[in-house]
Amino acid sequence: MTDLPERAPEKRLGLVIDLDTCVGCHACAVNCKEWNTGGYHAPLTDEQPYAAGTDGIWFNRVHAFEAGEGAAGRTVYFPRSCLHCDDAPCVTVCPTGASYKRAEDGIVLVDEDLCIGCKLCSWACPYGAREYDASAGVIKKCTLCIDRIYNENLEEVERVPACVSTCPANARHYGDFNDPDSDVSRLTRERGGYDLMPEMGCAPTNKYLPPRPARKGGEGGDEVLADAESPGGVLGWIDRLLSA
Amino acid sequence: MNPAPSIIFFTTVSGMGYGMLAWLGLFGPLQLLSDRPGFVAPAMFVALLFIAAGLVSSTFHLGHPERAWRALTQWRSSWLSREGVAAVVTFVPALIFAFGWLFIGEASEVWGLFGLLASVGAVVTVYCTAMIYRSLRAIPNWHRGMVVANYLLLAAASGGVWLNAMLLLNRIERPFFTAVVLALVLLAWLSKILYWRDTAEPAGVSTAGSATGLGRLGRVALLETPNWEANYLQKEMVFHVGRKHADKLRLIAHFAGFVAPAVACAVIWTDVGWMNPVLAILAASSITLGLVTERWLFFAEAKHAVGLYYGVDQV
Repeated sequence: MTDLPERAPEKRLGLVIDLDTCVGCHACAVNCKEWNTGGYHAPLTDEQPYAAGTDGIWFNRVHAFEAGEGAAGRTVYFPRSCLHCDDAPCVTVCPTGASYKRAEDGIVLVDEDLCIGCKLCSWACPYGAREYDASAGVIKKCTLCIDRIYNENLEEVERVPACVSTCPANARHYGDFNDPDSDVSRLTRERGGYDLMPEMGCAPTNKYLPPRPARKGGEGGDEVLADAESPGGVLGWIDRLLSA
Repeated sequence: MNPAPSIIFFTTVSGMGYGMLAWLGLFGPLQLLSDRPGFVAPAMFVALLFIAAGLVSSTFHLGHPERAWRALTQWRSSWLSREGVAAVVTFVPALIFAFGWLFIGEASEVWGLFGLLASVGAVVTVYCTAMIYRSLRAIPNWHRGMVVANYLLLAAASGGVWLNAMLLLNRIERPFFTAVVLALVLLAWLSKILYWRDTAEPAGVSTAGSATGLGRLGRVALLETPNWEANYLQKEMVFHVGRKHADKLRLIAHFAGFVAPAVACAVIWTDVGWMNPVLAILAASSITLGLVTERWLFFAEAKHAVGLYYGVDQV
């Protein structure tokens, strides 16, 4: 049923993504692709992989933004994947029942066997979380690695989404937002985790942590340089020469 | 949004069919059209053909057309599903009404009731089509009531223009119906002008700042996309090509979709004898071309929020 669960899900599993520590290495995206091309939605088809016009399904994509201007501006790497929204419009628009939100843990999934490939769910999602696999004729999306997080064949420490397990900067955190003591709840509380596009009314589960303010002395780069004291010796001579 | 030809064909052609059916089902029982089989048979046939052709074409863009029947199951939550159910259900009274009118020669009394039901079904189906788009918050251009007015009025007007042509081809003069159609074309034009006025500037519902949450740091600009070549999201929802000729296409939509049919209807209403059917055919061809252009723009000009992650500043 494409109705959303009547009761709030018992667990609300999701991710916290720390934009302060993300270094934009794309490892999360690559490991996501690697795991999921053999997982629930296998394969994550690539079209023209070795030629011009290459295209393919990725559940996780890393963008780079410039935020702020001048010396206060900064580069922020921005991983984007399904937010497993509480009020998921991709689920309610589905005409076939292929899209659903699980009552037990809030994960939003697509049943490929029911999907007719009308793409309307990808239109309904403001976040671009759903991609169409033209060769399979169905929509595919992030599963929060249901085939890892509940997989008893894996070591317990590995029962986290592929993107989380691989992040070398520890910028991705996984857990239950309904548990106030979980890492994700605590980080969201302490670091001011926020929703993307709250105005869209989707009530996303995943939260993003804002970049921390610049360290003291980090501001006003140009002025700091202008005031730099001139050293003695050869370097001082070069400094005086260039300052003239 | 990328305008898929099958969706443009479906929404325009089945819209015209439902417009025709709505007028046949309403004005047939009221004896305001004509019982002449030379009119009734082709009119009902063309209306149902347009509807059926549109519905079939709408399955062409599906990845799995053979599973299309599943789309009838989620009417409780999905407007697309409701549209499918309404479309199928409407065929029942429409076919009964057509049978009564054609083979029993009776369009009123109990047969007329089926006509009215078919008429209501046609309106409900087009309303559901419009609500598919109107309900998408991710596309602020579409998330407005005027979209529903556009779809209903355009279907009613274009169906009316076609029906008027079929009446006049049979040399059946119905100045009252011609006047109704003229009024509808003008109303549809007004609703489209209002839509274009309201969407001339981005609503600013969402920005790159709110999409990333980085607006708190100042101006937010895309530095790098995740991929070098366009992915599905960009091809489907960050579609720019159609906007290149938007001004010229809009002129065509204004003229062919509204001005020409309105002038033709006005002239027909004053009665220019043998020119009536010629003008009516021209009006029907013109509004069809205008509608296809209008529908192309409806998709091509709509900006999806996901564009904010690919260099668009606001939607």
